[in-house]
Amino acid sequence: MEQEMVLKNEKSMSASFKQLLLKLTPSVKKDGIIKSMKNAGITLLSILLFIGLWHMGSKALYNKEADYKVEKALQERGEEAAAAERACIESGDSSCQPNTLPSPTQVWASLKSLVADHQVIKADKAAFAEKLSATNEKLIAQGKDPIVYTGRASFIDIVLTSIKTVFAGFLLALLIAVPIGIIIGLSPSLRSAFNWFIQVFKPVSPVVWYLLVFMIVKTLYIGDSSDNAFVISFISVGLCAMWATLVNTAMGVSSVDKDYINVAKVLKLGTFQKVFKVILPSSLPLIFTGLRITLSVAWMVLIAIELLAQSQGLGLFVWEEFQNGANDSNSKIIVAMFVIGIIGFLLDRLMLTVQNMVSFNKNEMA
Amino acid sequence: MNTIEQSNEVYSENGIVYPSKVMLDLADLKKVYPTPKGDYVVLEDLNLQILKEEFVTIIGHSGCGKTTMLSMIAGLNPISGGNISVLGNPVKGPGPDRGVIFQSPSLMPWMTALQNVLLGVNQVFPQATKGQREDIAKYYLHKVGLENAFHKKASELSQGMQQRVGIARAFAIKPKVLLLDEPFGMLDSLTRGELQDILIEIWNKEKITAVMITHDVDEAIFLADRVIMMTSGPRAKIGDILSIDFERPRTRKSVLESDDYYTYRKHLIDFLEH
Repeated sequence: MEQEMVLKNEKSMSASFKQLLLKLTPSVKKDGIIKSMKNAGITLLSILLFIGLWHMGSKALYNKEADYKVEKALQERGEEAAAAERACIESGDSSCQPNTLPSPTQVWASLKSLVADHQVIKADKAAFAEKLSATNEKLIAQGKDPIVYTGRASFIDIVLTSIKTVFAGFLLALLIAVPIGIIIGLSPSLRSAFNWFIQVFKPVSPVVWYLLVFMIVKTLYIGDSSDNAFVISFISVGLCAMWATLVNTAMGVSSVDKDYINVAKVLKLGTFQKVFKVILPSSLPLIFTGLRITLSVAWMVLIAIELLAQSQGLGLFVWEEFQNGANDSNSKIIVAMFVIGIIGFLLDRLMLTVQNMVSFNKNEMA
Repeated sequence: MNTIEQSNEVYSENGIVYPSKVMLDLADLKKVYPTPKGDYVVLEDLNLQILKEEFVTIIGHSGCGKTTMLSMIAGLNPISGGNISVLGNPVKGPGPDRGVIFQSPSLMPWMTALQNVLLGVNQVFPQATKGQREDIAKYYLHKVGLENAFHKKASELSQGMQQRVGIARAFAIKPKVLLLDEPFGMLDSLTRGELQDILIEIWNKEKITAVMITHDVDEAIFLADRVIMMTSGPRAKIGDILSIDFERPRTRKSVLESDDYYTYRKHLIDFLEH
C-alpha cells in the first residue's frame, strides 16, 4: 500500500514536473531550438572544415612555389644563392615570399589592415574637411564649387560605391522591366512582338552591354568633364540584370488564375480596375521572384562592369590589386571575394524577406 | 415521362407559355468544340425555361456538359447555336446581372473578406456612397455568419468560410439570376450542410432565380423547386425534370421525414443509374 502511494506520488510529481517543463518550453519551441542549434553546429563545423582545407591547400601551394624558387636559384646562381633564398623565404621577409593562394591568416591580416586603412583615411578626410570648411563656405557663398576630397578611397568607401551602383542599376531595371513586363503580359500580340527581342538580348554578356552603354553615354557626355564611370556602370548593370524581371512580370501577368479573370468578367470590372485590383496583385509574387533574380544578377555582373568602367568599386579594386602584385594583393583579393559573397547573400536575404511579405499565399511559397 | 408533363404545367397551361413568368430561357442551345478529329458536340437541342423566383438544380454525370451550360448562361463561354435570354434580353457576355458562385471560392486571396465583397458592390452600385456600399457588403457577410471576419485576408479563411464570402459576394450584387457551379463540391459533408442552410436562408429572403449544378442527390432535392436531369454527353440534353413540391421555407428535418423525399430520391437515382 505504502509503496503504491509513493509510486503514485512520484508519478504525479514527475507528471506535474513534466507539465511545468512543457509550459516553460513548449514542445514545438523546444524542438525548434534544438534543431536550430544543431543546424548552427553543422554550419560552424563546415566553416572550420573549409578553413582547414583552405589552409592545407594554400600551404601545399606555398611549399611548391618556395621549392621552385629555391630550385631556380640553385640552377641559375648556384648553391649559395639557393641557401640564401631558402633562408630569406623562411625568415618571412616580404621581398622573397612565394606569390600564391594566400592562407586564411594572411587574409584575416589583410582584412584588418584594410579596416585600419579606412580609419586613417577617414581621419584624413575629417581633417581635410575641417581645414577647408572656412574656404569652402566662402566658395559656396561666391557661388563656386567647393573643394572636395580627392584622395584615395578606402575599402569601405569602395564597398559603398559598389552597393550604390548595384541599387541604382536595380532601380533602373525595375523601372524599365516591370512596366514593360506588365504591358507585354497583358497583350499576346505585343508579347510575340517582343519575344525575339527578349530572346536575343537576354543572353548578351555584361561586357558587351557595358560597351554598348559606353558608346552611347560617351557621346551624350561630350563636353562634360564630370566622371561618367558611375553612370555607365549602373546603366550597364541595370540593362544586364533586368531580363529576369521582364520575363517573370510578363509571365505573371499573362498567367493570372482563370478564376480571378472570370470573377472580373462577371463583375464587369473596367480595364484599370482589372489591372490594378486583380492582375497586378495576383502576379506580385512572380514579379518579386524576378526582382530577386535581378538583384543577384546585378551584383554578380557588377564586378566585371566596374572593372571595365573604371568605377571606384569592388570590381576595380580586385583588378587593381591583381595588377598591382604587391605582397598582400592576393589576400586583399580574397577579402574582396568574401565581402562580395557575403553582401550578395545579404541582398538575397533582403529580397527573400520582401518577397515573403508580398506573397499572399504562404503555402505556395517554398 | 409523367413528371415531364407535370413540370411543364408549371410554366405552361394548355400549351400556352406565359413569357412574363420566365426569367431565363434556353432555346435550342448548342455547344460545339472543334477538335482535330472533327467537331465534338457537347450540348444539342437543349431547351429549358426557368421561372422567376425559382430554384433549379441540375444533376447529371460528370462531363455531360452541365458546367459548359452554366458558363454559357454566365456569358463566359460562347454559344455555338441557339439562344439564351434573361427576361427576353439575349445574353451577349458576362455581366453582374448573372452572379456566379464558382466551384472554388475564387476570392482574391490578397484582399480581406470585406474587400472581396466590395469589389462587386462598388461595381454595381457606383452611385451609392462609400458608407452605403460598405453597409451592403457587411450586411451580406453578416448573413453568411462572417461578422467577425470582415477584415481577415481571404487566404487566412478556411475553404468553407471562403465559400461563405463567395455566397455573400454573389448576393450582394443583387443579380437577376444566380448561377452556382457545384459550390459545395469541395467541402466536407458537415460544412456542406451548414452552407446549404445558409444559402437557402438567404435565398428565402431574396428569392433570386437560381440555377445550381450539383452531384449530390440530397442537396438537389433539399434546395430545388425542380431538379433538371441531363443525359450523358456527347449531345447532352434535358433528360427528365422532377418537381419537388415541399413547402418553403423547408427544414432539413421536415424534408427527411416526408415520404415523398424517398420517392424523389429513388427517381433521381434511377435516372442516374441508367
